[in-house]
Amino acid sequence: MANAKTKAGRELQYREALNEALKEEMRRDDTVFVMGENIGERGGSFKVTVDLIHEFGADRVLDTPLAEASFTGAGVGAAIAGMRPVVEILFIDFTPLIMDQIANQAAKYRFMTGFKGSVPFVLRTQGGSGNGLAAQHSQNLEAWFCHIPGLRVVMPSTPYDAKGLLKSAIRHDGPVIFLEHKLLYQTKGPVPEKEYVVELGKGDIKREGRDVTIIAWSHMVLHALKAADVLAQEGIDAEVVDPRTLSPLDTELILESVRKTEHVVIAQEAVRRGGVGSDIASYIQEQAFDYLDAPIRIVAGHNTPMPFNLHLESVCTPHAEEIVAAAKETVYAEKRASA
Amino acid sequence: MYSKKFLLDLYKTMYTIRVFESECIKLYRQGLIRGYYHPYLGEEAVGTGVCAALGKQDYIVSTHRGHGHCIARGADVKHMVAEVLGKETGYCLGLGGSMHIADITVGNLGANGIVGGGIPLGVGAALASKIRKEDRVVAIFFSDGASNNGVFAESLNLAGAWSLPVVFVLENNHYAVCTPVEKSCKADDLYTIGQGFGIESHMVDGNDVLEVYAAAQEAVAKCRKAKGPVLIEAKTYRHGGHHVNDPGAYMPQDRLEYFKSRDPVTLGKGHAMSIGKATKNDIAKIDKAVQKEMDEAVAFAKESPEMSEERFFELVENY
Ligand SMILES: Cc1ncc(C[n+]2csc(CCOP(=O)(O)OP(=O)(O)O)c2C)c(N)n1
Ligand SMILES: [Mg+2]
Repeated sequence: MANAKTKAGRELQYREALNEALKEEMRRDDTVFVMGENIGERGGSFKVTVDLIHEFGADRVLDTPLAEASFTGAGVGAAIAGMRPVVEILFIDFTPLIMDQIANQAAKYRFMTGFKGSVPFVLRTQGGSGNGLAAQHSQNLEAWFCHIPGLRVVMPSTPYDAKGLLKSAIRHDGPVIFLEHKLLYQTKGPVPEKEYVVELGKGDIKREGRDVTIIAWSHMVLHALKAADVLAQEGIDAEVVDPRTLSPLDTELILESVRKTEHVVIAQEAVRRGGVGSDIASYIQEQAFDYLDAPIRIVAGHNTPMPFNLHLESVCTPHAEEIVAAAKETVYAEKRASA
Repeated sequence: MYSKKFLLDLYKTMYTIRVFESECIKLYRQGLIRGYYHPYLGEEAVGTGVCAALGKQDYIVSTHRGHGHCIARGADVKHMVAEVLGKETGYCLGLGGSMHIADITVGNLGANGIVGGGIPLGVGAALASKIRKEDRVVAIFFSDGASNNGVFAESLNLAGAWSLPVVFVLENNHYAVCTPVEKSCKADDLYTIGQGFGIESHMVDGNDVLEVYAAAQEAVAKCRKAKGPVLIEAKTYRHGGHHVNDPGAYMPQDRLEYFKSRDPVTLGKGHAMSIGKATKNDIAKIDKAVQKEMDEAVAFAKESPEMSEERFFELVENY
């Protein structure tokens, strides 16, 4: 467990950890620059770019016009020309506006140039529900990006992972889609003072356990850990696996856990249909069918646009309780069968 | 030339918007409204002047800062408050909220959480009107930030190429969140963008409802004669930050004071009294009625039920 390994000491908020990663990488490499809407003096709506403008100036911290497709495309072009841009799109819900630049330009460029060109480009954005922001500001669209070969897709759940992964993303020579969660920015966790990176494509066991594997990413990890505490009280020892990077996926880590626990719950905030959870489930049943003692359970968002109404918003979003229920079902399904 | 009744109606609409926003900001601060809330305070004359020039059959396309458009288009504030409180009696059953209010029955095709997202929709509505040979004009509201977006350029060109009955209403409030318009566009006056596309384009004082109305009326008349589209840039200014939680500290005090000294509601009252010879008593009657309507709307919304889970899942089944 990465976090447990860090010595007790400094804690940072998720947004502060991201801010520190940007600062360190901008100091280390002057081809790194950031751009987005209101990220300069205002420091971005979620305060991830606070103060960057004071240290690095307006040439490397660019406030853009409200023109997502063109400034994202400009970022991709700058990357092709040898810079390392980090572009911020305020809400993942606005990425449809930039999809051509991401899917057809950034993701394909290296391939189409016969592996001669490269696109060291990071797109930072955030998704998720929970703030009453309704249908156009609450989505989880990671599956879109995972579906496009040529992109790395990262979804950190802790401040430690956020910092280490953002640094790796910036150093990566291809396009990385870096997905944050609006409810995580204020969460705190240990972040060592000493420099470190977290490798892309490497998952992490957030809690060890023997009885059931709960696979979750981004904000769902918090719910999964809560669920594991509840399950522990009932004598079920859950292991929480956080892939951290969804593409490429750390399949080794997942399979290892599945072989150990023989029960799987996948928890995603995104709507279920066409989601990453289904893809992971299909992979597990293909590779570890003989180890499974019960069907894989997927806990996911309801297949609907997000309602504005507070209660209904909550009803459409999965929480710890649903994960607990699903874990019990898989574990007891087997007990029933073997009784 | 303007009747007393007409001028008082304009004033009443603007004052209703003013009171609606002020009361809802209170509700927001009490924690009864969640999410983003973008007040139209300071910009009342634009929506009011434009909508006064439209006919019943016409359409409007609104924005994330859309409560004013909605009211000016004749919405019942009861169902608006209910919507921003997330209640089932709201215009969108409480599923849309502040950024997504629509009232299609009166031709308000809806607000939008995607800045610029509504502009092509409006062009499409105008296209439908042209294809079906209906006499419908579409007024598309958007602000300076949206004018930076690619869809604006494409939509402007499309509407121009096909001579569609669209009035592009560029509400230049000088900011996209905290980004001042001078930093997001080289042009001093945004209406000149329209000229580049060969589109008739004008600039008006967006705080003077009569100036807005006159320009809109002319634009709508042109559209009805298949001489559209027309672009109107209405210069105005927010009375506060971008949304309720933004103090707007970056807005220079003297500029804010200047625009507040040209407050659209006060100017509108002045027109009613000087041109329309309305009395203080006429104004007081309106103010009282508006406040009463709003108080009732708030009470109605507070008492209204939320949608049940059962009804919700029934609605979204197979969505
Ligand atoms: C496509 C898109 N980009 C960014 C945002 C975030 N955002 C919401 S309102 C806003 C500013 C819009 O400025 P403007 O168009 O001038 O409208 P105003 O707020 O001044 O009415 C921004 C950047 C968004 N909702 N949609
Ligand atoms: Mg604006």
